[in-house]
Amino acid sequence: MTLTMRKFTTLSSVAAPIMRVNIDTDAIIPSREMKGVTKDGLSVGMFANWRYTNVDARVENPDFILNKAPFRDAEILLSGENFGCGSSREHAVWALKEWGIRCVIAPSFGTIFYGNCVRNGILPIVLSEDNVKAFAVVAERGANGTLFTVDLLAQTVTSPEGGAHAFYIAPADKEMLVEGLDPIGLTLKQDDAILAFREKDMAQRPWVYL
Amino acid sequence: MGRTLIQKLWDAHTVADLGDDATLLYMDRVFLHERTGSVSLKGLEAAGRKVRNPEQVFCTMDHIVDTLPGRGDDTIMPSGKNFITTTRDAAKAAGIKLFDIGDDRQGIVHVVSAEQGITLPGLTQVCPDSHTCTLGALGALAWGIGSTEGEHALATKTLAVNKPKSMRVSFDGELGFGVTAKDMILHLIGEYTAAGGVGHAIEFTGSAIRALPQENRFTVCNMAIEFAAFTGVIPPDDTTIEYVRGRPYAPTGETWDAAVAYWQTLKADEDATYDKDIAIDCGDIIPKITWGTSPGHTSQIDGTVPDPSEAPDANAKTSWERALEYMNLKPGQPIEGVPIDAAFIGSCTNSRLSDLREVVKVVKGHRVAEGVKAIVVPGSSQVKLAAEAEGIDQALVDAGFEWRESGCSMCFYAGGESFGEQERVVSSTNRNFENRQGPRTRTHLASPTSVAASAIAGKIADVRKLG
Repeated sequence: MTLTMRKFTTLSSVAAPIMRVNIDTDAIIPSREMKGVTKDGLSVGMFANWRYTNVDARVENPDFILNKAPFRDAEILLSGENFGCGSSREHAVWALKEWGIRCVIAPSFGTIFYGNCVRNGILPIVLSEDNVKAFAVVAERGANGTLFTVDLLAQTVTSPEGGAHAFYIAPADKEMLVEGLDPIGLTLKQDDAILAFREKDMAQRPWVYL
Repeated sequence: MGRTLIQKLWDAHTVADLGDDATLLYMDRVFLHERTGSVSLKGLEAAGRKVRNPEQVFCTMDHIVDTLPGRGDDTIMPSGKNFITTTRDAAKAAGIKLFDIGDDRQGIVHVVSAEQGITLPGLTQVCPDSHTCTLGALGALAWGIGSTEGEHALATKTLAVNKPKSMRVSFDGELGFGVTAKDMILHLIGEYTAAGGVGHAIEFTGSAIRALPQENRFTVCNMAIEFAAFTGVIPPDDTTIEYVRGRPYAPTGETWDAAVAYWQTLKADEDATYDKDIAIDCGDIIPKITWGTSPGHTSQIDGTVPDPSEAPDANAKTSWERALEYMNLKPGQPIEGVPIDAAFIGSCTNSRLSDLREVVKVVKGHRVAEGVKAIVVPGSSQVKLAAEAEGIDQALVDAGFEWRESGCSMCFYAGGESFGEQERVVSSTNRNFENRQGPRTRTHLASPTSVAASAIAGKIADVRKLG
């Protein structure tokens, strides 16, 4: 078994609010920024259409939150419902990860994006919309000391103004993040069950097997 | 208590219960394309792992490859050739079947997979592409995944999946004149928002679904992902079975008979219950068009651009304001009659032979309006050949459309071809996101016949008025 992911236990960071609903993966990483057959070098294209006033010349938009201190160093993103909807492109997660984002907090996520996060060491946290909006207000006051603390083991987020908010994560996803385990290696531990399924299934559904 | 169709498909593929609603599911098929499949295959190779059962894995070239006549490995998209050659080499090394450029089975992955009989009712299938849900229209449990999950499916023949909640969407009643499957799904997303299906797997049922020809059913399931659903499934019936019969990878003889007997059991039990139920009367549906930058920003063709001050909540208000600014539209403005620069017919949503036949009916005796760039891209090389055998290509060219090779083409902008800065496009595709079809390009989603009618009018048009 190989270790492929940075383990996630706790994190303290400023949080950058991008409080729009339905932020799609085309916005997180435009297709034209996916230039190579690789998982690397994508962060420069992250949010390219919002982050730059001139994308080709990489002229930064000073109004975009991740271009402003202290949010440029934020490891936590706050956003609206259905974050990461649309295209399955894992490049969106690879770009966020390379930039330094380790946690996204939103009322809901695109399903594929959520799975991609968990497999790359980024913790997606679902909290109520009221909760995320309240966090955004606190985060925007954003002095350097305004740190949010995420504790994955305890499954809580603590706002700088105090109060721990509990969140749910599926145990298998939690384990993957906490242990940093390679999921293929984990599954292959069950290889006997996979092979047994296949043998039984070949008799029952022969048309499936080309 | 009875089981839903999704539950039956789930149970039939359960290798192991992982606890806490997670299941290790057996994957019958994996399909790859050169955009994201190449990364999966390379990742697998780098980890020293092999594709298990490569005979059940397929690959095609659709996302990056050009759709201009005379195309080859070189692409208008900078660095596109690297995706193509890397995919070809990796597919060959892994021993998987590739429908390469020049192969008459090449085409958009979800069109090809159905057309070749690779997807069958009752199968599980994944692909690193969000529109894999299209294939749910055959009664398969099919959904999009990331590249890392793609590696997992390739290496282990399984995926560990958290079980989604269940939703039934019933479309009953009859479709009015000019109303299509595309309008049905845009109606659903418009009424219940682009986040309406989050966390749910959908079963599309009802008399209007049963009345749809198979090719139109793909259009409905295709946009389940735009509803934020895990996937969408239609119970297989005689229409499905007749569609599958005789396709290249479909079973034959006694195996066919056994398969059909099984497929006929693939429906929800009568006493099955769902976490959420939605009922839609198709008699209420008027041809749809999107006005904003989310597939949920949908109006009927005789409607007006909405006023953000009348938005149902603060989120919608902000989203509408931003969308209207991007789209350069004013609240209260009629959507019909807005001048357009381009029209695009293609994509895994609407590019099949039946779509093109309907388009030809609309354009017959008309010409594309002056100054409008109008493009038709068949969904597969098979669709292209069949269309050409019927003279569809000639009818479209005579009417002023460009006729292309098959592929995803200008459904999205990857740095190559695009519509121009701030140009307005009516498109038969599935995503109207900001910058999706080009930098600052303004996309209006609609049915292929609505796109055709708009191309002829030179402005957003009501297909029903063209007769």
